[in-house]
Amino acid sequence: MSSSVGADLGLRLYELMLRIRLVEEAIADRYAEQRMRCPVHLSIGQEAVAAGVGLALRADDLAMGGHRSHAHYLAKGGDLRAMIAEMHGRESGCCRGRGGSMHLVDLAAGFLGAVPIVGSTIPIAVGLAFGEHLQKRDRVAVAFMGEAATEEGVFHESANFASLHRLPVVFVCENNLYSVYSPLSVRQPAHCEVLDQARGHGLLAHPGDGNDPLAVHALMTDALAHARARRGPVFLELKTYRWREHCGPAFDNHIGYRTEAEFLAWKERDPIATFEKKLRAGGVFDEVRVARFIERQRAEIAAAFAAAQAAPFPAAATLMDHVYA
Amino acid sequence: MTPREISYAEAIREGFATALERDPRVYLIGLGVPDPKGFFGTTTGLQQRFGADRVMDMPCSENGMTGIVLGSALNGMRPVLNHQRLDFALLSMDQVCTQAAKWHYMFGGRMKMPVVIRMIIGRGWGQGPQHSQSLHSWFAHIAGLKVAMPATAHDAKGMLIAAIEDDNPVVFLEHRWLHHVTGHVPEGHYTVPLGSARLARPGKDVTIVAFSYMVLEALDAAARLAQAGIEAEVLDYRSLRPLDAGTLLASVRKTGRLVVADAGWAAAGMSAEMLALVAEHAHGSLVAAPRRVCLPDCPTPTSPALADHYYPRAGHIVAAVRETLGLRADPSDLAVSAGVELDKPNPAFTGPF
Repeated sequence: MSSSVGADLGLRLYELMLRIRLVEEAIADRYAEQRMRCPVHLSIGQEAVAAGVGLALRADDLAMGGHRSHAHYLAKGGDLRAMIAEMHGRESGCCRGRGGSMHLVDLAAGFLGAVPIVGSTIPIAVGLAFGEHLQKRDRVAVAFMGEAATEEGVFHESANFASLHRLPVVFVCENNLYSVYSPLSVRQPAHCEVLDQARGHGLLAHPGDGNDPLAVHALMTDALAHARARRGPVFLELKTYRWREHCGPAFDNHIGYRTEAEFLAWKERDPIATFEKKLRAGGVFDEVRVARFIERQRAEIAAAFAAAQAAPFPAAATLMDHVYA
Repeated sequence: MTPREISYAEAIREGFATALERDPRVYLIGLGVPDPKGFFGTTTGLQQRFGADRVMDMPCSENGMTGIVLGSALNGMRPVLNHQRLDFALLSMDQVCTQAAKWHYMFGGRMKMPVVIRMIIGRGWGQGPQHSQSLHSWFAHIAGLKVAMPATAHDAKGMLIAAIEDDNPVVFLEHRWLHHVTGHVPEGHYTVPLGSARLARPGKDVTIVAFSYMVLEALDAAARLAQAGIEAEVLDYRSLRPLDAGTLLASVRKTGRLVVADAGWAAAGMSAEMLALVAEHAHGSLVAAPRRVCLPDCPTPTSPALADHYYPRAGHIVAAVRETLGLRADPSDLAVSAGVELDKPNPAFTGPF
């Protein structure tokens, strides 16, 4: 972090993580208002993955996500106001109120959709890459996924086809150890690694620290170069941890599926606080810049909520719109 | 000059060739699409003519490949995914019903899914429980899908081209027992709009609604009824979604009687939907209880000894029409002519599927 370029990247990674955290904390804080009438799956604690991937991507690269994709959408440059309005069910939402938190899209930003059926966007993201291949273009598609998606048959079908045609796709697997309340130990054999499943399909597969944005960014930069050069698809397994409940704004360490001690150990490794320490130690933390950034973010978030809550709902007369193109 | 006649399978192949020629975004993919047997003759020669990057094989991964063609469609392509039997496509129900059908609506109209998913339905010759399911009603249940099920060679080509040019996901269903049937097919480009029923034979005494292959059996039934002085109107419901309710209702208002002949099962199916439409909108026109001619409510058996008693045919439709007219049953309706083998679509057929 000695060069100014490195320092700037560090600060930008830090700021992007912070933006995601502030947005999601605002969602959590305001969920009790009962005005966001849809399930919300928060990424608090997992921000380093989205930030590291997001800043490594080219602006015109493509990405898709799943049920827990606020962070992916924001990191890809998705419009904040449209996302908050969507959670409020408004016509100004990114899906005109037809989707909600689990269905985010921003075509201009290259975020081509998120859906909550586990693994369902994986083949579709591979299909985006297949489209690049057929049309001889060089954008890379990113499939954000959780480790439970490797338990879906469709992941293996998708990985096989991506490998067969060396498609320009990067599978970004956030391993947060749980699928809803079910730990890995009841879902996958202890002697098998998620990475080996990817390797079995001939993917280039790398593990990484999902709480270290710089490490994620470096891995993703290499993965993108590899995929873009058509040397084959890449799979990154990034270990991280979800702080809040699977779905909703609360903490849930007391209900018995995981321990407070486990949570606290991961909280010690808070991707934002840890990275801030690193930036400070490197002498590149810019107090004034960050303070201004936080101030701007809080204002932007407050404005997004105010705009969403003031925006009109979809008119009843539009119920049947968009069934067919 | 007599109009040119070609088979249904050749009509599909012409439809593909026309679409591939006109639009470089169109591609065909499916297990066996370029195989030596040419997918029942519907893809023969297309890979040689258009190249392996437009007419291609694929892994045996129905669900994943459906998602992959959807993604390519979001990214500018117009794919046609081919399944040699509908039964295999059932592995892709998530991608068909929960993804393809929903994306335009749930993303607020921002994305389009111009994909055609082609499925073939078997009958007879021991196709049995897992190679002959006619589950068109499942797809017709799903808002956001279009469902086409042409019965003639003319409509096969015209509706296939219309499906490929449509910006929505279209489930395109072909009955295996239609592939050899010939009919007039114009050369070059034409479309038959999705969403319209076809008047296959006019009549005034009873309305027979038929789906897919059962249109042939219904026309056979109508010819037999005509000999008895009964004029049946036959409606070819080649489009299940959007559904042309108007043609059905107008016909029933005229005839007062309804028989629905479906290639699938009765329970919660298209035949029930047709009866429901009439009950809701033309109840007063009915002068007799409607009848349905569908598959018995059990899985399809393989043995010809059982299958011969399984698939409905023209005689069953004739018998149902008699019931709506209050005529006595005639056991000869179900008699099988000498030399006719019920498990074969035509005498030339020797299997295997």
